[in-house]
Amino acid sequence: MRTSKSVSEVLFDSANVILLCLLSIVTLYPFLYVLFASISTPADFVQHRGILLWPKGFSLDSYRMVFENPNIIRSYLNTIFYVVVGTTLNILMTALGAYGLSRKNVMWKGTIMMLIVMTMFFDGGLIPKYLLVKNMGLLDTYWALIIPSAMTTWNLIIMRTAFQGVPDALEESARIDGASDWTILFRIIIPLSLPVIAVMVLFYGVWHWNKWFDALIYLRDRDLFPLQLILREILIQNDTSSMMTSVGGGDRMPVGETIKYATIMVATLPILFLYPFLQKYFVKGVMIGAIKE
Amino acid sequence: MQLKEETNHVTIQSKPERFSARAAKDFRRNSTIYLMLLPVVAFYAVFHYGPLYGLQIAFKNFSAGLGIWNSPWVGFQHFSEFFNGFFFERVVTNTIILGAYDLIFVFPASIVLALMLNEVRHRIFKRTVQSITYIPHFISVVVVVGMLVDFLSVDGLINHIITYFGGKPISFMRLPEWFRTIYTSSAIWQGVGWGSIIYLAAISNIDPSLYEAAKVDGAGRWKQMLQITLPGILPTVIILLILRIGSFMALQDEKILIMYNPVTYETADVIGTYVYRKGILEASYSFSAAVGMFNSMINFMLLIGANYLSKRFTDTKLW
Repeated sequence: MRTSKSVSEVLFDSANVILLCLLSIVTLYPFLYVLFASISTPADFVQHRGILLWPKGFSLDSYRMVFENPNIIRSYLNTIFYVVVGTTLNILMTALGAYGLSRKNVMWKGTIMMLIVMTMFFDGGLIPKYLLVKNMGLLDTYWALIIPSAMTTWNLIIMRTAFQGVPDALEESARIDGASDWTILFRIIIPLSLPVIAVMVLFYGVWHWNKWFDALIYLRDRDLFPLQLILREILIQNDTSSMMTSVGGGDRMPVGETIKYATIMVATLPILFLYPFLQKYFVKGVMIGAIKE
Repeated sequence: MQLKEETNHVTIQSKPERFSARAAKDFRRNSTIYLMLLPVVAFYAVFHYGPLYGLQIAFKNFSAGLGIWNSPWVGFQHFSEFFNGFFFERVVTNTIILGAYDLIFVFPASIVLALMLNEVRHRIFKRTVQSITYIPHFISVVVVVGMLVDFLSVDGLINHIITYFGGKPISFMRLPEWFRTIYTSSAIWQGVGWGSIIYLAAISNIDPSLYEAAKVDGAGRWKQMLQITLPGILPTVIILLILRIGSFMALQDEKILIMYNPVTYETADVIGTYVYRKGILEASYSFSAAVGMFNSMINFMLLIGANYLSKRFTDTKLW
């Protein structure tokens, strides 16, 4: 009875597996299509119709053109700057906040925490924030994308929960040995919370990598544009003109198509590469955030 | 808040200590911690509470020369201008419809996926499906919409499939009647896997003996799912539902902004995108701030209402 499955159970299981397989295909196929298209020979690709199950020919011309484009290179470097500097600041700020708000016997921590959590439910909105950033003189500077995004409340809650989980005994013995709060934070708490730090690096890093709206409203100077804003021009406003400058007449049309796919790949690959390494951590991070609070 | 703490303190301590004395002692003991919290508090004061101060321009005629404080008051003029304006009905209707689609289709999708994944007995298969469905969460909205534009264009992938089966090509991104479908289904595509994590965590906390008992009583897999798993995750569902209702009007404005075009404004233009166009593009700061404030107020009231109803009819509440 236990081991042999009934008919309805077999039906239940197969329907379930088939649906999940379909979902996986629908999720994965767009990425495969983009990958295949990006390494296809431009001329062959243009003539192709319908579903692509394998690259049409093989050519890395599209990638070469993407990497020869000064707009892309410039914005790529800018994005790397935003990710590295932004994420470093995020981790530092979040760790400081999480440490202070997770210590016992700090008189104002409850009040401060309440005031911080309340900001999750209301804000001044787009315009007052824009005027604030403008009045601070941050418009059209790198800092416009870094300082106003110095930390997020949700990540603060996750890190604080993790810090609370570090055994008190460790902190107490360090204190007896004369350790200051700085030492306890940087020598004990953070090394013991590395999985959560990894999650935070992933969350904040991806956030900065993918951000475009802040750049749209705070930046006019193209030299400061992050990759996503250039991507928007190429992919959505369909403006591949900036990509064409280096090709001669006849080649223009076909390359324009595959170049879009190569651009998507270039913008997405760093995340897809990091993904398997960080995956085991991030599920943990979401759960920590979910359990308490 | 402070007063309350003080009175509590008095009743507990035999020897009453004055509030200022306690505060001074606390500051001496924890001065390093307060120093650490200083940048954090300053950040929240400036970038979260600062804009609340700036929100007063919704009731003023803001001029850059006079500044926020000195600009003249005009009362509810911008609000009534918005309520009586041509765009009011359109943006409010679109916001409500897209918000409702989110609630009806996108929100339950993660729950269904979590229930389905939970029924998979094969661990490696389950892991693989999970890993695949998480990926789109990490892809930028620019790339997602870029792929949509491409796949849905007149000579794109989807239309090739449609014409292969004898249909007529559809210009999806330029037809207002398709906008809501595309917005909602792509939201499911991007978020369903990631959203399921939290429910799977809740499922793993359900007491296994409940399933054993149900089996003894003759409940099949379907019955177990409906009568044990689903009630088991109900508190999680309700908490997330309250939060979702609390951001009912806060759609993915950024995604809509990048997805829509003047041809589809009819169904795509929402309060958030209207605020962007009036405020950032046309520099009508006061009017835009008023429209944005109207949106936040409704959200906040929905949050309070949802929490109240949940407290009233279930035991679950946010506060």
